[in-house]
Amino acid sequence: MGELLILLYIFVLATLAGREVISKVPPTLHTPLMSGANAISGIAIIGALVVTGSADELWVKVLGTAGIVMATINVVGGFMVTDRMLQMFRKR
Amino acid sequence: MENTITQIVYLISAVLFVSGIKQLSSPATARKGNARASLAMLLAIVVTLLDNQILDWTTVAAAVVAGAAIGGVLARYIQMTAMPQLVAIFNGFGGGASAAVAAAEFVRAGAGGQSPGVDVGVTIVLSTLIGAVTFSGSLIAFGKLQGIVTGKPVTFPLQKSFNALLFLLTLLVGASLAHAAVGDSVAPLVGMSGPEISGPFFLALVVAALILGVLLVIPIGGADMPVVVSLLNSYSGIAAATTGFVLNNYILIIAGSLVGAAGLILTQLMCKAMNRSLGNVAFGAFGTEGPTAKVKAGQRPVRDVDAEQAAMVLAYAGSVAVVPGYGLAVAQAQHELKKVCDLLEDRGVTVRFGVHPVAGRMPGHMNVLLAEADVSYDKLLDLDDINAEFDTTDVVLIVGANDVVNPAARDPESVIAGMPILDVDKARTVIVMKRSLSPGFAGIDNDLFYMDNTLMFFGDAKDQMTELVREVREA
Repeated sequence: MGELLILLYIFVLATLAGREVISKVPPTLHTPLMSGANAISGIAIIGALVVTGSADELWVKVLGTAGIVMATINVVGGFMVTDRMLQMFRKR
Repeated sequence: MENTITQIVYLISAVLFVSGIKQLSSPATARKGNARASLAMLLAIVVTLLDNQILDWTTVAAAVVAGAAIGGVLARYIQMTAMPQLVAIFNGFGGGASAAVAAAEFVRAGAGGQSPGVDVGVTIVLSTLIGAVTFSGSLIAFGKLQGIVTGKPVTFPLQKSFNALLFLLTLLVGASLAHAAVGDSVAPLVGMSGPEISGPFFLALVVAALILGVLLVIPIGGADMPVVVSLLNSYSGIAAATTGFVLNNYILIIAGSLVGAAGLILTQLMCKAMNRSLGNVAFGAFGTEGPTAKVKAGQRPVRDVDAEQAAMVLAYAGSVAVVPGYGLAVAQAQHELKKVCDLLEDRGVTVRFGVHPVAGRMPGHMNVLLAEADVSYDKLLDLDDINAEFDTTDVVLIVGANDVVNPAARDPESVIAGMPILDVDKARTVIVMKRSLSPGFAGIDNDLFYMDNTLMFFGDAKDQMTELVREVREA
């Protein structure tokens, strides 16, 4: 149980850190924050790479590859569109 | 997770994620924040590739290139008005990726001939469940926003009971997979022995989770979409975090829970802006209550104006507040609106924008539209700030908004009672640009339209706005 407990500690503390860091976001940035956070959720790509890289069975490879494609769309598309949006937010 | 260098790079990446998100919450630093977060992602990916024995580089590289190409093209060419559905579909892919990884881990554990420990079993089941719900739920949300699936709430008899039953069934199947003892006692019910159930039960879990995702989103109507989109955003983060538990990977847990927290905060903000609880949004199927909600419009007299008259009122005002709503996004009239505002400002009129938190189909939807039309963000005031100014505002121009300016919210009897609204009726004159008198999403009539100081300017927002540009120029 030791390892699982450490993981749980990290999960809870990171959630609290997230709450603290984002709590005061102005409405102007709601969409960019959401799509930027969305891109970060593509972190599943790490898992997909690990799984696919070491796959020695067909189904593992198929699922892992599907995971890489989906996560990469999420990561690349998410960060790019957020940047495109933020480029438009200007003060004059 | 043994390699120390990899762990240290993951730590650096985690710090960059946190500080990047922090920067994303201030307009001046937001772009840098996004760049920092993408650097964090890149670092994590590179070190993962170096640390792990990649047996099949071709497959990995091909998958990354394909994903990057699809994502890049979507991000580059999507119209800003289609932003809500893009966010929804990206969300779905994030959730789908987490589910796929969990499923691959399940297959691999089975292939090794040994059942995974309870802790791994539970995390695999959870991660598959949350990921699959996020995936199918986001696809439905995408369909609704894109207009492929009806935007109206879809309900059927005993929906809640069915959902509850399905959820319980999913938990039972999940428990059978995660714990051999549960599996052994459930298996005979379907005529199998304990170890035999793993394949079919896992498939059943995936299918049930996918159906659950559809059923959770389908009863939710268009105007409640900001809540759903932010909630699904939160789910995709939690799905990634649970996948981190499966793989014992710290960076997945940290990045995933950051996203989970961000999504939850936005969800709470959206619920507060509608004065409704999350449960009410998820299970309420608002606006379908039938006869009581359907008020016949058009039986009371209204004052309507044409473009020329509206232009006169606007051009000779000292201050104008614009209140945009979903109708502006549908008509794609943001550029014409900006032209009208520029012309007014050239004449010395003070122009500002009052943006309701839930206007549109996702959090901050109006802000993105106006930013695209080149409106400076310091002219966009939020609810409290603009409400303090309506007393001294000459003209309010409402473009495609309805429920968020309905004074009925102050009436404790109303279905939208207590919802924070923009107090536009306090301004000297109100011009409402709208296609017809039809009620908004809440299905109730809007008293604002019948007030003495309200002028109705009927028509398609884009056509009328184009007319308005010409008339204001000549005024």
